[in-house]
Amino acid sequence: MTEKIEIRGACDMPPMAKSLGRMSWNLTGSWRNVTPVIDYEKCTICMLCWKFCPDLAITCTEPPEIILDYCKGCGVCAEECPVNCIEMREGI
Amino acid sequence: MAEVPKKLTIPPEEHMCAGHLACQGCGAALAMRYALKALGPNTVFTVPACCWSVIDGPFPYTTLGVPLFHIAFEAVAASACGLAAGLEIMGKKGVNVVAWAGDGGTADIGIQALSGAAERNDNILYICYDNEAYMNTGVQRSSSTPWGAWTTTTPARHFKKRPKKDLVDIMVAHHIPYVATAAMAFPEDLVAKVAKAKDIEGMKYLQIFASCPPGWRMAPEYSVKSVRLAVNTRVWPLLEVEHGVYNINRKPRKRTPVAEYLKLQGRFAHLTEEQFEEIQGMVDRNWERLLFLEKSTHEMAGVPLKGDKAAASKGKETEAAAG
Repeated sequence: MTEKIEIRGACDMPPMAKSLGRMSWNLTGSWRNVTPVIDYEKCTICMLCWKFCPDLAITCTEPPEIILDYCKGCGVCAEECPVNCIEMREGI
Repeated sequence: MAEVPKKLTIPPEEHMCAGHLACQGCGAALAMRYALKALGPNTVFTVPACCWSVIDGPFPYTTLGVPLFHIAFEAVAASACGLAAGLEIMGKKGVNVVAWAGDGGTADIGIQALSGAAERNDNILYICYDNEAYMNTGVQRSSSTPWGAWTTTTPARHFKKRPKKDLVDIMVAHHIPYVATAAMAFPEDLVAKVAKAKDIEGMKYLQIFASCPPGWRMAPEYSVKSVRLAVNTRVWPLLEVEHGVYNINRKPRKRTPVAEYLKLQGRFAHLTEEQFEEIQGMVDRNWERLLFLEKSTHEMAGVPLKGDKAAASKGKETEAAAG
């Protein structure tokens, strides 16, 4: 994960326009007020949750796992799951 | 770590990272994710003022694994042309130059530069992600906002009374090699179209229908469902226009009433049943027009129109996306 970069003045600026780091330091999981929980007994590994996750918070693995550091709790995965194995639980 | 599943319909590589600043259930973030899967790392983006200039994150960070230029609102197509020309002079081949703009930066403010680029047939890919209003600045009406929609500048009592600007037809009128529409609820189709467009020489235009849960006044979980309904109710037809020949990629077999799509969104909550019927009429007329255009352009080009291609092309797209 990329660390936060501190820029105090012009001396810390890059010589030309470019990005210094990735946004991965920004743990968007704190935005969440409902949390998805996968019931692995029902999961058919269709990967639709991974495919439709706008926050890249579901791993492309067998079985898929939710990265709670980044999940914003939008609930798209629970809505799209064809076997309804993802439940949105109150709280983080 | 567990293995990557084998039966994926879109490429597993990600060229953007988590931690971006999109709202919950953002359709534009999904559209970018799919587009990048098709484009690969050898890509340059230019982005005007739009949601994506915020989603990408503040200086000195970026979300994308590829270079991204923040450009003035009206200049996205012009800057992309400059980048393409610069890369050509430097002898760098095979770099995809992508202009990535919202519907305001395409239909309203950026249309002059876009029209110029299309007329010169510069070798760029212009992608408009269409969320049907100026969502970044707080849901103001754009010329891409549909008839009947609520926005902060067209409040419920004075809802928008003009139809959506048909950008696809405007771009077809420029006689460019490739114009297409896609929707972020159909990632296989989207990835296949971007992959096809990047290999075409000349100006390519792709309009991606992307939902905006805060701006459309709906719960974020319906982000993908609403866009899928837009395609299935024929509000947003998926089509390709190659050298003037229309192809409708998805023809829903059963006719779903438009009300199903409209009732999901708070921005249409003020409309009456008669007004739903009025929208249904507009959608049906547009669909008939597209079917006619598809038939007549195929006849003029001497290309036989295949029967119901929906099932056949879906299989092909899945193959293309996986390969």
